[in-house]
Amino acid sequence: MIYNIKRDHARFRSIVKGKIKQDLKKYVTHGEMIGRKGKDRVTIPLPQIDIPHFRFGDREQGGVGQGEGKQGDPVGPGEPQPGEGKVGDQPGQHLLEVDLTLQELAEILGEQLELPKIEPRGHKTLKSKKERYTGIANQGPSSLRHFKRTFRETLRRQISSGIYDPDHPVIIPIRRDMRYRSWKTDVRHENNAVIIYMMDVSGSMGDEQKEIVRTEAFWIDTWLRSQYKGIETRYIIHDATAREVDEDTFFKTRESGGTLISSAYKLCEKIIETDYPPSDWNIYPFHFSDGDNWSGEDTRLCLDILDKTLLQVCNVFCYGQVESRYGSGQFFKDLKEHFGNEHDSVILSKIENKEGILQSIKEFLGKGK
Amino acid sequence: MASTDFVSSDLTPELVAVRNEIRSYAEGFGLDFFDVIFEMVDHEQINSLASLGGFPVRYPHWRFGMDYDQLSKGYTWGLQKIYEMVINTNPSYAYLMKSNNLVDQKMVIAHVYGHVDFFKNNYWFSKTNRKMLDSMANHAVKIRNYMDRYGQDKVENFIDHCLAIETLIDPHLPFSTPKKREPLYPNTEAKVEEPGRIKSDRSYMDQYINPPEFILEQKKRMEQDARKSKKNPPEPQKDILAFLLDHAPLEEWEHDVLSIVRDEAYYFAPQAQTKIMNEGWASYWHSKIMTQKALKDSEVIDFADHHAGTMAMSPGRINPYKVGIELFRDIEERWDRGKFGKEYQDCDHMVTKAKWDQKLGLGRQKIFEVRRVCNDITFIDEYLTEEFVERFQLYTYAFNRRTNQYEIADRDFKKVKEKLLFQLTNLGQPFIYLTDGNFQNKGELLLWHKHQGLDLDVRWSRETMRSLTEIWKRPINVESEVDGQKKLFSYQNNEFSEKFL
Repeated sequence: MIYNIKRDHARFRSIVKGKIKQDLKKYVTHGEMIGRKGKDRVTIPLPQIDIPHFRFGDREQGGVGQGEGKQGDPVGPGEPQPGEGKVGDQPGQHLLEVDLTLQELAEILGEQLELPKIEPRGHKTLKSKKERYTGIANQGPSSLRHFKRTFRETLRRQISSGIYDPDHPVIIPIRRDMRYRSWKTDVRHENNAVIIYMMDVSGSMGDEQKEIVRTEAFWIDTWLRSQYKGIETRYIIHDATAREVDEDTFFKTRESGGTLISSAYKLCEKIIETDYPPSDWNIYPFHFSDGDNWSGEDTRLCLDILDKTLLQVCNVFCYGQVESRYGSGQFFKDLKEHFGNEHDSVILSKIENKEGILQSIKEFLGKGK
Repeated sequence: MASTDFVSSDLTPELVAVRNEIRSYAEGFGLDFFDVIFEMVDHEQINSLASLGGFPVRYPHWRFGMDYDQLSKGYTWGLQKIYEMVINTNPSYAYLMKSNNLVDQKMVIAHVYGHVDFFKNNYWFSKTNRKMLDSMANHAVKIRNYMDRYGQDKVENFIDHCLAIETLIDPHLPFSTPKKREPLYPNTEAKVEEPGRIKSDRSYMDQYINPPEFILEQKKRMEQDARKSKKNPPEPQKDILAFLLDHAPLEEWEHDVLSIVRDEAYYFAPQAQTKIMNEGWASYWHSKIMTQKALKDSEVIDFADHHAGTMAMSPGRINPYKVGIELFRDIEERWDRGKFGKEYQDCDHMVTKAKWDQKLGLGRQKIFEVRRVCNDITFIDEYLTEEFVERFQLYTYAFNRRTNQYEIADRDFKKVKEKLLFQLTNLGQPFIYLTDGNFQNKGELLLWHKHQGLDLDVRWSRETMRSLTEIWKRPINVESEVDGQKKLFSYQNNEFSEKFL
């Protein structure tokens, strides 16, 4: 008798998605989603979805409360009452929070930036197993009893042994006739991919720069995850030396000292060599820096590594240069000079400030590699 | 009353027995209610129903989905749980949660009979449509047909605009005598009267006694006065939705949608007007029935626990259940002991006052009278006492700009009462009137915010005005006050502007 609320719910969800798509730039720029990320979903605050009314300003109003306390004591926000609700009782005024799966978020990003689907390369070597109840067995628990097959089996037995009487069609299964559902293991081959993030953490990379890298990495992650089933991420930080770290350290570390970009590239090379054979893996190295390398010599070494190994094994190599007050941005120029504007597997992007993040994501992922 | 036994869809025999038992207690106490049909629902269903305002069939709209999203999330996380819901119709429908234990069901059933007695007997519900279940279903069919014909987006958008102004009704309207409708652009020429002349018997004297220039002048002035007074609406009108239905350039389906939204707003208005009383009354009776009649020894702890949970107060807001039930109890006690009237008021001896007892025993009779005639405003205005405010530690709070938080402002009885009444007046919403349907003779609307100390939220007003232009199709103006200065907000051609008056 109850009207199906699911339709209204679906309608609401699609409005929410539309709203997020519309304001995607704001959400990306503010980076507020990252802190709200769960395992496979994000919680997004939506300020402006409610239906407007003429009303008093929030701060103006005040009200009546109850309890201990003297004049000037702070009053916490009111809790919604437990217990009985009443017809026509509106939920209290609060900021609306909605959950989106990362998949949905990736779809929104993809639609808004018009990102092409990635054509995976390499063999589908990652095996994933899935159990599906498609088979039939002679034994099993009665909860998995397959009525139709059991019936058929009994019918067959009764006909073949001459017990079956068409005028009096009684079917009596015996133990031998019983059939049960059973599972078969499906092996699926999937594409797999690895993202290797490298970041310059030398003294010239400030908090703001790291925030930009963090935001950008979140969105790149979200997109690539929607494209590949099995995805791994590795993190490398470097100043004059490079080391592999976990995600948390990656975004929080601040070192001082010089910058030898080649150190990171070498480590990256090593990781790929040991763990990710290029024939089986889609490999995405991302490097973020403010573009200050120690010497021209080291830059030449970097270009060498790129040419000889990294570019041979990667789907695409992405370099994002975050503007900072101290960086000269020379590395970007060097790469550009060497690879030109339209290299097949090198994407260069300059991120001037938070506003530039969205554009940069589009540059990185817009090629569909 | 209640003799016809509605066989509810799926009440268990045990619950049927419980229901009959509680009903006989309720009748024994003199409660007078419509038949109540109880339905058993699971949490999924009750969340659906709650997001639809209790009605199983409503028109499709995303905001129901939004409420459902919040409710089901709250349920999943264990933050909130709806115990009970009841719809004001005849017969009334109430929903019981399947997962509740028996003592909860008893309490809820008793609570429901309290609500239904209130619905049936309170004056402010006397004009509501008791067949609203059918009307809501009809609304749903109509709107779904419009969606099929004109497209879901278009219709839903228009509903959004209508809902933005659904508060612009006059809840007192059903209780006043209907007025004649005025045409939007009245014909000013028709009714102009002749200026008065001084009588004289001698016609040759007439041009001296009544000089023609003077008469002409008078006539002109009267014409002008007439035009001025022929504003539409003649007096500020609170039911702006009605004005729009009469005069806005709406297509037939739009007209219908707006009138549906208005109907439903009027249906829900009395519930908002009597929240404290309604919950207080139902709680008073579930408590009375349970503790005096229905409760078994083994159930006392559970009952006490859940009853206390419902009555819990929090610092930031008052709990209507708690304030309601305690006020009813307070009234009952005062009228039992005769603690009212001039003699009691004038007594300034605290001990005498505290011990005051004339053994009148009028309490029960009094609270039945109160539930019949009051709404929340008159309830608080008439029966909230200084002793009550002190006993329940009520205070007012306000936002402190310096510390950026809400703080306890005052415990003074007068201030608390004033603030409570202010929050209840017009359901805590600003008074907005329509003062001119043809502002500046340009077909614009002029609204007037009757300023009573609080400014409008400008951002929300702007959005609301945007919705209004979608309905009126011409610019909208709102006269209001900001920081003590008179201001005029205007919305036209998708632009919002404000200027000082």
